[in-house]
Amino acid sequence: MKGTFFINGRKEEWSFAPDAVLLDVLRENGRTEVHRGCGEGACGSCAVVLDGTLVNSCQVFAASAQEKEILTVAGLGSIHSPHPLQAAFVETGAVQCGFCTPAMILAAYCLLKKTPNPTDDEIRRALDGNSCRCTGYVKIIEAVRLAARRMSSHD
Amino acid sequence: MDETTAVVGSPVPRTDGLAKACGSAQFLDDLNIDGCWIGGTVRAQVPRGKLREIRLDPSFDWGRVVLVTARDLPGINAVSMIRDDYPALADLLISFPTQAVALVAAPDQETLGEALAAVSLDVEELPPILTVEDSIACTQVIWGENNIMDEYSIASGNAAEAFETADLIVEGTYRTKHQEHVYLETQGMAALPGEDGSLEVIGSMQCPYYVHSALVKALGFPPEKVRVRQTVTGGAFGGKEDYPSILGLHAALLALKSGRPVKMVYDRKEDLLCTTKRHPSVIRHRTGVKKDGTLTAAEIDIVLDGGAFTTMSKVVLSRSILHATGCYFIPHVSVRARAVATNTPPNGAYRGFGVPQSNFAIERHMDRIAEALGMDPLDLRKKNLLKNGSSFPYGQVLDEGMSAELVLDKVVEMSGYREKRRLFDEENRKNPFFRKGIGLSLGLHGGGFTGSGEETISGSASVRVTGGGKVEVLVSSVEMGQGASTVLPMIAAETLGLDLESVVHHVPDTSVVPNSGPTVASRTTMYVGKTVQDACISLVEQMAEKAAELEEFAGKRFSFDKGAFTAGGNDRIPFFDMAKRLASFPGILSATVQYRPIPGFSWDEASYTGDAYKAYAWIADVVEVEVDMDTFEIMPRKAYISAEMGKAISPVLAEGQIEGGSLQAFGYAYLEDVGMKNGSYTAAHLNQYLIPTTLDTPDFSVDLQEVPFSWGPYGAKGLGELPMDSGAPALVAAVGHAAGVFPEEIPVAGEYLHSLLRGKKQERKAGEK
Ligand code: FES
Ligand code: FES
Repeated sequence: MKGTFFINGRKEEWSFAPDAVLLDVLRENGRTEVHRGCGEGACGSCAVVLDGTLVNSCQVFAASAQEKEILTVAGLGSIHSPHPLQAAFVETGAVQCGFCTPAMILAAYCLLKKTPNPTDDEIRRALDGNSCRCTGYVKIIEAVRLAARRMSSHD
Repeated sequence: MDETTAVVGSPVPRTDGLAKACGSAQFLDDLNIDGCWIGGTVRAQVPRGKLREIRLDPSFDWGRVVLVTARDLPGINAVSMIRDDYPALADLLISFPTQAVALVAAPDQETLGEALAAVSLDVEELPPILTVEDSIACTQVIWGENNIMDEYSIASGNAAEAFETADLIVEGTYRTKHQEHVYLETQGMAALPGEDGSLEVIGSMQCPYYVHSALVKALGFPPEKVRVRQTVTGGAFGGKEDYPSILGLHAALLALKSGRPVKMVYDRKEDLLCTTKRHPSVIRHRTGVKKDGTLTAAEIDIVLDGGAFTTMSKVVLSRSILHATGCYFIPHVSVRARAVATNTPPNGAYRGFGVPQSNFAIERHMDRIAEALGMDPLDLRKKNLLKNGSSFPYGQVLDEGMSAELVLDKVVEMSGYREKRRLFDEENRKNPFFRKGIGLSLGLHGGGFTGSGEETISGSASVRVTGGGKVEVLVSSVEMGQGASTVLPMIAAETLGLDLESVVHHVPDTSVVPNSGPTVASRTTMYVGKTVQDACISLVEQMAEKAAELEEFAGKRFSFDKGAFTAGGNDRIPFFDMAKRLASFPGILSATVQYRPIPGFSWDEASYTGDAYKAYAWIADVVEVEVDMDTFEIMPRKAYISAEMGKAISPVLAEGQIEGGSLQAFGYAYLEDVGMKNGSYTAAHLNQYLIPTTLDTPDFSVDLQEVPFSWGPYGAKGLGELPMDSGAPALVAAVGHAAGVFPEEIPVAGEYLHSLLRGKKQERKAGEK
C-alpha cells in the first residue's frame, strides 16, 4: 500500500506492506538514523517522536503513522547546526558508540518539551525506556541537565 | 613527567560525537550495498551429535537461493583464532546447540526464511557434557584427550609449609555465570566480491587483522586479495574481538558462492543465543592467615567453562591466573587454572578477560576472611595491599605505579565508608524490611598483552600529512565507542603541536593501515598511543632533516617545537607550511614506526614467571544498595569509584569508561543471566536478559588519580577494562551487608538471595534447638 508521512517536516509518499512496522519503512526509505537494537520494544533505539509522543517505531504499524508528523534526530539539527541537546550530548561525553544516541536525544527532547527544568529523577524516569550499554548514563543525565539549562535561558 | 600539555588532558569533544548525535554516522546495516543479498544460518539444535545428513526439502526451489555447507570450504574448515579448532561449519560432529551447520543467502528476508525452514538435519545425538564438573570428570571426552583446553600454574614460596604455621585457614568457593555484552548494535558483517577475484569484507569489529587472517586461512586466498574494513561500530566490549571472524567468514562464503555482495546482520535473538559470552567460573580459595589479618599462604583453583571450542579461552585463562591474588601480597602462593570444554556455545572475549571472575573470587574471599577474623573488610585489605616494591606471585616487582593504597584511601574518604557501615547497621535494626548495605572492593588490571605479547605482535603505526592540510593517524585500532578515534589523534596533535581538528583517525582498512594489533586488552592508548607518538616524532625528524636540503634553508639545522620548525633567528616555519615546502619529496610526509620494546622487562613463558605486564591500573569501588526484604529487589543507590590509570589523555572519555564499565559490572553482579538449558541459553530477548537502565543506575562519584607511567604516551596506562573487574564484588558485598548473608555467586538475583536467607533461618533454628 501507499501512504503519506510527514518526516521532519517534509511530506513523503511511501509504499509499504500492510503489516510493515514503522521502523522498517523508515529505514528502507533512508532514515537510517532510526536504529534497530532489538526489534521487540525492549531497547528504545528505534524511538521517534510521533505527533509529539515518543514511540518505539518497531512497535508501531507504518499504516497507523500515516498522515502523522514523525520527528527523527536528523530533524532536530545537523552537524552544522546542532540542536542544544545534540551539542550538549557531545560536549559532556554522553556519546560513546552512538548507537543509542539518536533515540536517547529524542527521549530527552520529549521530556524537555513538557518539563523544561527536570530533576535528575525526572530525567531518569523519562529515559528509562532507552538502553545504553556504553555510558552508564551518567553523562547522558548531565547532558540533559546542561541542555535544559541552556534552552531555558534562551527562551 | 611535568611537561604541560595543550591537547592531552583537555576537555576537547570527541571527534565522532556530532555525526553520531545528529544521526549521520552510518552503521553496517545503514549502508546501501548495490545488489546485496542477505545471509542466514542453519544451526545444529542439539548439544552433541553426529551429523548424518543435511536434507533439503525438494519442494523448495533451490535455484532461488545459495546454500553453503562444510563441503564448500576451499581452505581449512576452521575459524582461525588462537587455535584452529573451531569449525567454520559443522561437518561430521556437532559440538554445541547453536553451532552453524549450513548457510543460506537469498535476495530478501521472506525467501531466506522459507529456505532456512526447508533445511533439516539428520543427527544422531550423543550424550553431552553440560557442566565443568562433568567435563573434569571426563564422563565423555569431547575435546582433546581429557576436555582440558588449557592449564596454567603459578607458585611462589612454599604454600604447603606456610599453611602449617597459619593461625587460621579460610576456605571458600565462588561462582560466576555467563555475561552477554549487549552492544546495542548487533553483530553484522558484509562480504563484497571484486571483479578481479578479490574480496572485501566490512562490518562491526574490533580486530580487522584477526578477520583478515581467518579469511585468508579458510578461503585459501593470498593475503593481498582480501581486504577488511571496519564500519562504525555500535559497542563491542570484547564481543567483537572473536565473533566477527566467524560471521565475516560466513558472509564471505556466501558472497563467493553467489558471486554477489552478501550481508549478515543478526537480529537480537540470534545475537543473544549464538554469540560468545564471558566464561563462567568456579574458583576455590584456601588461605592461611595470622590473627592480626596478615595473609601468609594461598591455594587457588580456577576453572573456566570454555564452551565447545577455544576462541580466546587460552588467553582469558592466562589473565585470570595472573590476577588471581588481586591487589594483595601473599608470600606463599600456589594457583592452578584450567579452561575446560563443555557442549555449550564457545565463550570468548569480554571486557576484563578473565579478571572479573578471579577478582570476584579474591574480593569475596577477603570479605570472608574478614568475617572469620571479626575484622572490618577495609582493615583486612589495608593490611595486605601490594605496594611499590612488593612482589606478585609470578615474581614481578614494580617500583612505580602500584596504587592500590592510593585509590583505596581516596574511595574511603569520598564515600564515608566507615561511618556509613555503622549507620546502616543501626538503621537496619530499626527497619528490618527495607535494608541498606555498603560494600567495598579493589581491582587491578595489567595493561596490554601479557608477558612478551606486545613484543611478539610488535604493532606498527603510521602518520601522514594529507594534501588537504591534515595529519592522518593510520592504525588498525578501531573506534568502537571507547574513544580511540579521539584519543590517538589527541596524542598525535600534542606531539605535533597541532590542534585536534588538524588530526584525523583513518578508517581501519587492512588495504591501507598497518597492523597496530587488535583493539583489545586495554592496549590502545598505552601501546598504540605510544607508537603513534613515536611515529609523529619520526615524522618531524625526517622533515627537519630534509628541510636542510631545501635551497632556501641550505645548511640550516631545524628543530621542532610547539607546532613549528625553528632554526634560530627568525626561521620559524609552522608544521603545515613546512609540509607544503617538502611536498615534492616522496615519502617525507609520512612515517611508520614499529612498537619499540620497553626496556627492563622480561617474561619467561615456560615457567610463567617475570614481568607479566609493564604497568597496572588500579581501582577501588564503594557501593551502597537498598534491599527490599519482601520482594528481594536490589537497588544500587550510590557508587564511589577511584581509579588510577596513569595520565588521562581525555579525562571526559576516561570517566566515561569508568562509569560505563562499572555499570556493566553492576549488571553482572545482580541482574544479568543468560539462563541455561540443555547447553543453550534460555534468554532470547532483552526482556529476559536484563541490562541496567537509568532507573537501575546508582549516583556515581568518580575520581581519577593520575600517576604517570614513565613509558606510556604522556604517562598513560590502559584503562578500558579496569572498571569491569571491581564493580561486582563491591555490589555483592553491599547486598550481603544489607541482607545479613554471604553471597558466593553472581548474579545475586532474587531467588538466590531468597535461598541464602532461607538457609540462614534454618541455621538459626538449628542453633536454637
Ligand atoms: S528496536 Fe525498537 S525497542 Fe529495540
Ligand atoms: S553510547 Fe553506546 S549504547 Fe549508548
